[in-house]
Amino acid sequence: MTALPNLTPAYAEMFLAIAGMALLMVGVFRKSDPVRGVTMLAILAFAVAAVLSISTNGAETVTFNGLFVVNAFTGFAKLLILLGAGLAMLLALPWARNEGVSRYELPVIMVFAVLGMMMMVSANNLISLYVGLELQSLALYVLAAFNRGNLKATEAGVKYFVLGALASGLLLYGSSLVYGFSGTTSFAGLADALTGAESNAGVIVGIVFVICGFAFKVSAVPFHMWTPDVYEGAPTPVTAFFSVAPKIAALCLFLRILVGPFEDLMVQWRQVLTVICVASMLWGAVAAIAQNNIKRLMAYSSIGHVGYALIGLIAGTQEGARGMIYYMLIYLFMNVGTFAVILSMRVKDRYVESIDDLSGISKTNPAISLALTALMFSMAGIPPLAGFFGKYFVFAAAVNSGLIPLAVIGVLSSVIGAYYYLRLIKIMYFDESAESFDCPDYSTSLVMGVCALAVVVFIFLPEPLLAGADAAAAALFQG
Amino acid sequence: MIAATLAFYLFSALAIVGALNVIFQRNPVHSVLWLIFTFFNAAGLFVLLGAEFVAMILVIVYVGAVAVLFLFVVMMLDINITMVREGFLKYLPVGLLVGGILLAELITVFAGWVMSDSADVLRAAPAPDPSAISNTEALGLILYTDYIYVFQAAGIILLVAMIGSIVLTHRTRAGVRKQVIGDQNARRPSDTLEVVKVESGKGLQ
Repeated sequence: MTALPNLTPAYAEMFLAIAGMALLMVGVFRKSDPVRGVTMLAILAFAVAAVLSISTNGAETVTFNGLFVVNAFTGFAKLLILLGAGLAMLLALPWARNEGVSRYELPVIMVFAVLGMMMMVSANNLISLYVGLELQSLALYVLAAFNRGNLKATEAGVKYFVLGALASGLLLYGSSLVYGFSGTTSFAGLADALTGAESNAGVIVGIVFVICGFAFKVSAVPFHMWTPDVYEGAPTPVTAFFSVAPKIAALCLFLRILVGPFEDLMVQWRQVLTVICVASMLWGAVAAIAQNNIKRLMAYSSIGHVGYALIGLIAGTQEGARGMIYYMLIYLFMNVGTFAVILSMRVKDRYVESIDDLSGISKTNPAISLALTALMFSMAGIPPLAGFFGKYFVFAAAVNSGLIPLAVIGVLSSVIGAYYYLRLIKIMYFDESAESFDCPDYSTSLVMGVCALAVVVFIFLPEPLLAGADAAAAALFQG
Repeated sequence: MIAATLAFYLFSALAIVGALNVIFQRNPVHSVLWLIFTFFNAAGLFVLLGAEFVAMILVIVYVGAVAVLFLFVVMMLDINITMVREGFLKYLPVGLLVGGILLAELITVFAGWVMSDSADVLRAAPAPDPSAISNTEALGLILYTDYIYVFQAAGIILLVAMIGSIVLTHRTRAGVRKQVIGDQNARRPSDTLEVVKVESGKGLQ
């Protein structure tokens, strides 16, 4: 007779899995329009999961035969993921009503995607890592193609699926090479086995493959090709979800695996990541200039932001990890807020996505233009706003680890990137007014307001939040 | 021992022939049939390794379900093979280049392959002694205990795949006459039948 594994650390995941299946049943058997009810319940489920994950958030606990781990870092990462997903879901609520979407599967699949992300973040073994990653990816492929009648959405879905499958293949292949060297897939075992393995070609090739797989999931250059198409083709609330939750999950996992089991090979993975990071920052800044669709613009912007966040990872210190966690926290608010603005770009009951539609809205919709101005200044990294601190912490970490060239490239590319963020503001304030937008829905304005406010007041009250981030970063480096 | 060695070479050679035929056949249906042939040979290799459970699963799941499903899909889609071949030559140099680089990498990796000192012990650790326990039982013992987390997660992945495929393909069409068994059973002769006494020479109204 084997004893039951300790289930307490995984309560949040188990709750979310059961909630997902229960929501599916609610959707199937509810007679009247189930979309609204299921979406509300899904938000509630995220809130309960967040509470459960806070309650298990303490000392490092490993369970399920070493497959699953919780500590302060995973707890913080899960909170970020749940927050991003919950805000995106709030945006999906009015969207579904306005577009007449009558399919309740959207929130259900989002719940399973979030479950996959939480499992990824808590993975303590290459097997559980892969299973969590695959759960979230599979759910995301479906979400990308959710507007199945639309040609662009179908293209986005197929592209994402094919490239995503390739990335999963690379990741698995890399994992198998690492396993071949070390004979174990558990992170703790790998950390032992890889000590002093710097010169082993097999392990290095394996890690490079694993990094490639992750770089795809976080859409870093040169594995970013799917991003603009998927962002454009997916329904806007789903794009908002895509741009925060999966990225935060994959970046957290990236951080955990590279400074955990692969820490001894830092010299090797640093080179690979530096190339990826510099390319992402530069390409994210340059390629966005030519975009005219705001969702595509946000795609390139998110590629750039991933580059900045990776600087913290390359630093490879506790300070760097802390900078990266701050960056993701701030990025979450900036991005969700911007997507709330995009979702309030409605002219005569139709959603519009072109940048030109923003012309002169400072006169017709001053509140929206004010919110977008704050968000764009923050994205560009203008000092009193949150985005500046995000960049400051990662650049400072890079400088302190002696990576001055990287920080310089980061600063330069954020200057280039500032051009297209500021261009949006110029269009809003100085161009001739086109048509005014419809009055935004209640929950969209709520999300927009909260995010814009968070970006502005970040300078005043970072202490409680930053304490959480500090604890998270410390948990990562205590081993 | 010589029989086992001969069987190994037989199965592996046939598997390679089968795999090559999968990609070189002009007719996609033939490709799938060759794929099934390859699966059978791989199952034979597993038997030689003493992994009879995996061998049987390969035959049952891959040949019995997956490959037959492929066959259905290939037959129903009616793929135009000349259209698929279009661009083949155009992408050939790039494909060969990437493939060549990968191959060179792999050769260097495997030529200098070293394992960590503890690898052999760690690798054998999860599995019980194969002479004391049957294959299926050994798998069951760790699959439902040590790896229950991954096992359940795989179940959820399959659920998501199922929901996803229904979401992306299912359409409720109007005007379809669906069978409702409850309604059929609840139907009584009095609902539909009317006995009319027809007087001669008058006809029905």
